[in-house]
Amino acid sequence: MTDTRDAICLEGLTKRYGAFTAVDGLSLAVPEGEFLALLGHNGAGKTTLMKMLLGLTRPSAGQLSVLGTQGGGAAARRAVGFLPENVSFTGGSTGREALAFYARLKGAPKAQVAELLEVVGLTDAAAKPVRTYSKGMRQRLGLAQALLGDPRLLLLDEPTTGLDPMLRQAFFTILKDMKARGVTILLSSHVLTELQLRTDRIAIMRGGRLVACDTLHGLQEAAGLPVRIRVRVPEGGAQRAADRVGAGATVLGANGRSVELGVPVAAKMEALRQLSCGPDGTVEDLDVLPPSLEDVYAHFGGPAAPDEETLS
Amino acid sequence: MNGVLTIAGREIREGLRNRWVAAATLILAALALALALVGSAPFGAVETGRLTVTIVSLSSLSIYLLPLIALLLGFDAIVGERERGTLLLMLAYPVSRWQVVLGKFLGHAAILAFATTIGFGSAAVAIALTADAAPAAAEWWSFGGLVLASIGLGLAFVAVGYVISVAVAERTTAAGVAVVVWLFLVVLYDMGLLGALVATGGQGFLGDTLTVWLLANPADAYRLVTLTGFEGAGTIAGLDAVVADLSVAWPALALAAWIAAPLAVAWTIFSRKEP
Repeated sequence: MTDTRDAICLEGLTKRYGAFTAVDGLSLAVPEGEFLALLGHNGAGKTTLMKMLLGLTRPSAGQLSVLGTQGGGAAARRAVGFLPENVSFTGGSTGREALAFYARLKGAPKAQVAELLEVVGLTDAAAKPVRTYSKGMRQRLGLAQALLGDPRLLLLDEPTTGLDPMLRQAFFTILKDMKARGVTILLSSHVLTELQLRTDRIAIMRGGRLVACDTLHGLQEAAGLPVRIRVRVPEGGAQRAADRVGAGATVLGANGRSVELGVPVAAKMEALRQLSCGPDGTVEDLDVLPPSLEDVYAHFGGPAAPDEETLS
Repeated sequence: MNGVLTIAGREIREGLRNRWVAAATLILAALALALALVGSAPFGAVETGRLTVTIVSLSSLSIYLLPLIALLLGFDAIVGERERGTLLLMLAYPVSRWQVVLGKFLGHAAILAFATTIGFGSAAVAIALTADAAPAAAEWWSFGGLVLASIGLGLAFVAVGYVISVAVAERTTAAGVAVVVWLFLVVLYDMGLLGALVATGGQGFLGDTLTVWLLANPADAYRLVTLTGFEGAGTIAGLDAVVADLSVAWPALALAAWIAAPLAVAWTIFSRKEP
């Protein structure tokens, strides 16, 4: 349980609010230095989980340890950086003042304030009141405060919503540096594509339960989702192409000029051979699309059940 | 302790930035100066010093104004941060809830103490400069006592404001409750007490326990402190009968309890709530 090599260790963690179970029997171990993405629809329990990790909310049942400390507590919090969803700051203070306040609160060296403002690219805006900041600037200031005091664990609650692609890139570059330093990162997000290549493992929550946690590849295998093959054919040749692949394939969609086939992973190579070895003019072009994180998420996370939606 | 001082420091800076400190100081100074220069005119030749007269009129007016200023400071303390979303972030730092409450309280106490001391002090200085005879040393002590008691009154209502702030879910609700609390403790309570006294002719249960009823309200406790504590003040205010055999220690203690108890209640409620 208190294995120090696990940054986060949860066992049967449960949180109930009255009749509503926000987090339901969650068991999960996050080794130190891992970048774990947490996916789930609104109300799936992601934020509640983070609050429990910070010791702000008491679990109804189960065990948790953070950085070897049972529960949250001030000791663990000193080594944790947290970026809440929709972070906000006291409006009248400047960016530098706001960051300096949090640095003192965390007992971080004063020099870190200027350093981190530089890291997130806010040096030029440091003397402006936070209320004049754009959403992206607030979010970057939020990341800066999370990095104060050289945390060993970062909890980031939907940090990239509302950021433009450039800022997102910069955001993940910073996180990459942190990961290189051995910082454990737990990041919840709705934007799936950006997580695909950047995270070690992906945990999917649904209705408070952990429905899957694995690498993207592992999830793809576990989901057993078909590989999609998009085939461009001469006018009217769609059915002919589909027939070539044989019984293993399903036609996911077709129009006159192209057809999209779903093929089990194991049958992919055979299908490709069949398609490419046909007589000239059967197939003009083809694209192979492995199941994306979005497909995997749709498979595990599914659409929110009606009762989940009303409660979220 | 570091966390407490950090939070207190931010409250003071916020108070300076949003002109809270300046506004409160100016209001209190204007009130005190008006009372000192205009209010004491008819007493020019009376043996009671002008400063003493000012003490009495100041205490009877600040009993309305200071609780209002203090509640305005206090009601927003927690619920405001909760609503702006800054509370969750602060609690994610290595600070405990009592540090948040105490830090905010120290910050607000400093703001209130500064405003009261400078505001009332300016009136005392004005009297010292304009009066024919300089105020006696005893009068200065009394005035110092008034300033201290007034700060105590303010702190009691800041603490009451915190209870409101941690107990309700929305800022607007807190503001409404604060107004009702002010109205009850400062205005209605005394009127009710007076009405009951008249109805019973000052006899019986209520007549015997009147002092307790007065100590059970921070505003009245403050009134008793200022009237029993200072030589000659009770005579002017015509409250000799009530305060004749009462030591100043009791109302002072009641006022201190009115600071400590609501703070403890606010902390208890706060530490049970989940952000």
